Parts: sequence; C-alpha cells; structure tokens
Amino acid sequence: MTALFNWFAQIGSIARFGLMSIPQRRGAVTATVFGIAGVVLVFVGVLSIAAGFRRAMANSGSADAAIVLRSGSDSEMVSGLGRNDTRLIADAPGVARNAAGPLSSAELFVIINLPKRSTGTDANVPLRGVEAAATSVRDNLRITAGRMFEWGRNEVIVGAGAAREFAGLEVGGSVKVGRETWPVVGEFTAGGGVAESEVWSDAKVLQAAYNRGDSFQSVYVRLNSAGAFQEFKDALTANPQLSVKVLRQSEHFAEQSTAMMKLITTLGYLIAFLMAVGAVFGALNTMYSAVAARTREIATLRALGFGRGAVVIALMIESLLLAVGGGIVGAGLAYLAFNNFHAATINWQSFSMVAFAFAVTPALLVQGIFWATGIGLIGGLLPALRAARLPIAAALREL
Amino acid sequence: MSDQPATNGALVRVEGVEKVFHRGTEDIHVLANLNLQVPAGEFLALMGPSGSGKSTLLNLIGGLDRPTKGRVSVAGDHIEKLSDHQLAAWRARHIGFVFQLYNLIPVLTAERNVELPLLLTHLTKAERRKHVETALAMVGLTHRAQHYPRTLSGGEQQRVGIARGIVTDPTLLLCDEPTGDLDRKSGDEILNLLQALNREHGKTIIMVTHDPHASARASRTVYLNKGELTNTPLA
Ligand SMILES: Nc1ncnc2c1ncn2[C@@H]1O[C@H](COP(=O)(O)OP(=O)(O)OP(=O)(O)O)[C@@H](O)[C@H]1O
Ligand SMILES: [Mg+2]
Repeated sequence: MTALFNWFAQIGSIARFGLMSIPQRRGAVTATVFGIAGVVLVFVGVLSIAAGFRRAMANSGSADAAIVLRSGSDSEMVSGLGRNDTRLIADAPGVARNAAGPLSSAELFVIINLPKRSTGTDANVPLRGVEAAATSVRDNLRITAGRMFEWGRNEVIVGAGAAREFAGLEVGGSVKVGRETWPVVGEFTAGGGVAESEVWSDAKVLQAAYNRGDSFQSVYVRLNSAGAFQEFKDALTANPQLSVKVLRQSEHFAEQSTAMMKLITTLGYLIAFLMAVGAVFGALNTMYSAVAARTREIATLRALGFGRGAVVIALMIESLLLAVGGGIVGAGLAYLAFNNFHAATINWQSFSMVAFAFAVTPALLVQGIFWATGIGLIGGLLPALRAARLPIAAALREL
Repeated sequence: MSDQPATNGALVRVEGVEKVFHRGTEDIHVLANLNLQVPAGEFLALMGPSGSGKSTLLNLIGGLDRPTKGRVSVAGDHIEKLSDHQLAAWRARHIGFVFQLYNLIPVLTAERNVELPLLLTHLTKAERRKHVETALAMVGLTHRAQHYPRTLSGGEQQRVGIARGIVTDPTLLLCDEPTGDLDRKSGDEILNLLQALNREHGKTIIMVTHDPHASARASRTVYLNKGELTNTPLA
C-alpha cells in the first residue's frame, strides 16, 4: 500500500516537473498542441457532415411508419404504383386509421429546377404530390409559416431546408411548375428530416400538371405500432395482385444515405489519418526534446532512487495531457465552427438536393479526443522509453 | 545513526574491481583490479588527474553503474546482486549524492528540492516537512527555503544540494567535486559543512576533488592514477 503510494508520488512529482517546465519549451509545445487540435478539428468537422446527413435521413422516418415501392426499385425515383395498388396497400392489415380512414398517403414525385440563393444557378428540387394523410404518416411535421395548401388547388408548401437554399421559396413567393406559376402558401419543418428539402403539393393536382394519370410512385403509411410492420409486410408480399417492396421508413432513409455516408466517412478517416501521422511526428519531436532538455534532471532523479517505470509513466502522462489538451481545443473549435452549420448536398440516390445541418455529436467529440489520445500515446512512448533507458552515470556527465 | 558495517569495520568494500567502457569498437580500461575499504565515519578524499576514473569509482560505490569485474559492497549489501529496480530503492535508502553542478530541479523551490528524496520514503507530509527543516537548518539556509535555484548563489545552491543529500540520513554521502564550480570563499563554506557533518554527525563521506585545499579537510586522501589507487600522490 505504502509502496504503491510511494510510486504514485514519484510519478506525480516527475510529471509535475515536466509540466512546470512547459513554459520554457512553449514554442514546440504550442505547435504540438495545435497540430493535434488541427487533426481533431478536421476529423470531427468532416465526420460531423456524415453525422448530420445521417441524422437528417434518420429523422425522416420512424419505425412505426412504412414506405411501399414497386418491387425491384431502389428509390422512389424509379418506382411506380397504380391506383389499384395504392388502395390495396391502404387497406392492408396493420395500417393505422382515424375517422377519415387509413393513415396512408400515396405520393408521386417530380424534379423541378430552381435557382439557388447562394449562386443563382439552377439545381434540382423534389416536388412531391401528397394525399391528406401525408402529415400523419411522418413524424414532427409542422407548418411553421403561412398555411397548408388547399386540396385541389395549384398551391405548394415548402420545407424549411428548401426555403433556405432556393430563391422564391418563401411564403408569398412562387414556383414555376411546367408552364404555370404556383404560389407558396406555407413553410414546414419535419424535425430535420429529408422532407424539409422538398416542396409539396396535392398529389391530384401534380398528377394533372404532369399528365401522370392516376399513377403514383410510393405509399407512405402509419402503422398501428412498430410491431405491426411484419404483419403489414407479409400481407402485401403474399398478395398475388401486388408486386411491391415494403420497408420501414427508417430503413428506407438509412438505405438512401449509405453511399453518401460511406464516401464522407472514408474521406474523414483518410484525412484525419494523414494529419494524425504528421501530428505523431510533432508529438515525438516535442517529447524527444523534452527528454533531451531534461536528461540530467532525469538522471539526477534516478540517482536519488526514483524508478525507471515512474519516469516512463510520468513522461507518458505529460505527452497524454498535451495531446488531450490539443484534442479538447480541436473538439471545442469543431463544435463552435461546425455544429448546426447548414449545408445542402446532392442525394445521389434521388439526384436532388438534401438540406441538412452538420452535427457535432458527443460521440464524435469523444472519438476526436480518442484520436488525440492515440497520438499522445504513440508520440510519447518512444521518448519515454529512451529516457528510462538512459544510463544514469553517462547521463549525469551531460551538461 | 548510520548502519554499522557488517564486517571488519569497513563500511565500503571495493574488491578487485575492473571497469571497461566501450566506445564504438574501442575498449576504454578505466579501473583495473582496484581495492578500497572505507570505514564508517571516515571522510575520504579521492584525488587524481582528469580522466583517471574518480567519478567512475564513485558511481560504482553509489550503485549508479556496475563494475565489469569485481565486487562492491556498502554496509554489507553487495550491489552486484541487486536488480536495477532493487538498486534504485537501495540508493534511495543508503546513498546521498552531491554533484559538482548541484543538479537542482529548476522549477522547484529549495525546500521542494530537499524534499525530493523523502518522496521515496514512507514519511507523512508533516514528517517530511520536519526533515526538510532540519536539513536546511544544518546547511544554514532556513531563510532561503522558498527560493528557486536560479535566485540563489552557487554556494547556496550547493548547500541546498547537500541538504538534499543528507535529508534521508543516508549511510554514505558521495560528493563529486562539490567545490569544483565555486570560488574559494563559497568552497570553504561547503568544506566546513562537510567536515562538520563528518565530525559532529559521524557521516561517512567520500569526496572526489582536484583541489589539495579541499582534500586537506578530509581524514584520509587516496590517489587514483592509471587505474590504481595509492596513498601518495605520484609526481
Ligand atoms: N559512460 C562512459 N562511456 C565511455 N567512456 C566513459 C564513460 N564514462 C567515463 N568514461 C571514460 O572513462 C574515463 C574516466 O572518466 P571519469 O569521469 O571517471 O574520470 P574523472 O577522473 O572523474 O575525470 P574528471 O576529473 O575530469 O572528472 C575517461 O576517459 C572517460 O572518458
Ligand atoms: Mg569526474
């Protein structure tokens, strides 16, 4: 017990001298801390894009809601369903109901071109035709300005993300649909979900404007419960009149984002890894010079009877503290710079813009500091071992 | 106060010690078949030309290095039988070092420097403070306890070094040219101090020095030359 305490006291005092001597080495130390902060900043920054995108996608659908597409289609874009199909789907077991009937919205989807507010250049925006149940089959859908469009009229409401990105998409503005101009009568949010990047109108009106007859691309439904999904799915897939693909909305949106996620995540790790290699050399350099500057001091302590292990651990602690300090700085900067930073990107599966906010999540911050710790460990180990192996008598001869 | 020697009245026994350093492919023979006995309570001066191996011998006695051949024992402990780990603990218990360039930790005050070796003991904080006060009082630096090394003169720094060397009441005090970097007046103060430690407190001291003025204070002087010890200086 006392022996152990004694050992901690040794480590503590050696580590303390190291930290107290930092002001004399402030150039190298500052460079190292900021090098590590830079790694963490970039790492957290890039991955916050992925996390934000994932959040936007995940918020788009809940587990007790489902989407039905034509079998074999990877996205709504390439799907197609007739009125017959959508009726069978709405009446399937497991679908929740209210006084107006089943909570099921058959929808179609066209792409229109609108100028971006930032550059003035045109980009694709999804214009979705929905049915009355559309707001109940999605979570957190709320009109935040203006009003809902009137059924049967050439009016649209716009998602908050789309409104931010594109010119003309504010209440009182208008969009060009084919040769007509439709007024924007409301704006809505959808808990950060994909719907926020869309423009909505009445499905019937949209079918007419685009000569779609009575065809749709997807059906969104609210289920009695998350557990009712299997029953619903089984009923549809077993029905010989239907050839459909049934997904939970949460699964569907996660699937829509995989390509993007992979790209960003790989990029994030790659950049962070390259920078981390650089930072390790910075840390190595700092700690080697810390050891070199303190060769005689360390030898003196060893002569007095301080242990080899205590020297190693104390130097590792010093390196780790510097690294974690850098990590916290980097994570803090990343949070300030990137959290809720609004952006929009192409969703490669639907070739339309998705607006989302970077999300610097606690998990990312922890991961960033974890990287910093790794850099500190690697950068500190070799110098610490060198310090511990110094032959005392020879080291004492050094001035 | 110090442990009594286990055998024959000699506290330190160096028997048939040889030390060879390797530098590249070259072997440097520093000590050859060297014998030395130091009885408890002696103040021994070790003289000899530069490069003759004085520091090397002192380091072997203090357990900072190991002989190529031969045996070194202090107070009956054979240091060649101790592992590196045991040797570190052994040094903490038995040896006090005083260095030519003081080797104080610059970021610590005088009293914290003196306290360092006590961190390796089981003493409580209060006990440590008492020991530090006593050691600083013995070297006459009570009023400088809170000073950092850079604000002290060379002589004062060396007195802090000596306080650190004696604070654990070690079996043996080893001083490598303790006055080598000091002017005559400060050097004399240090020598007075070492002499008092030896005479009044019975401390066994081995001191390496180039200075006949310093060796004159010792109770015995030995000379190291070409790897061998003699009792008279070679012309
Ligand atoms: N670790 C070492 N590696 C190689 N050679 C060494 C080492 N330590 C000492 N030597 C050599 O051993 C010889 C004796 O050195 P030592 O320091 O013991 O001499 P010294 O008598 O104390 O000299 P000085 O009076 O200059 O302090 C010298 O030639 C020195 O270069
Ligand atoms: Mg020497």
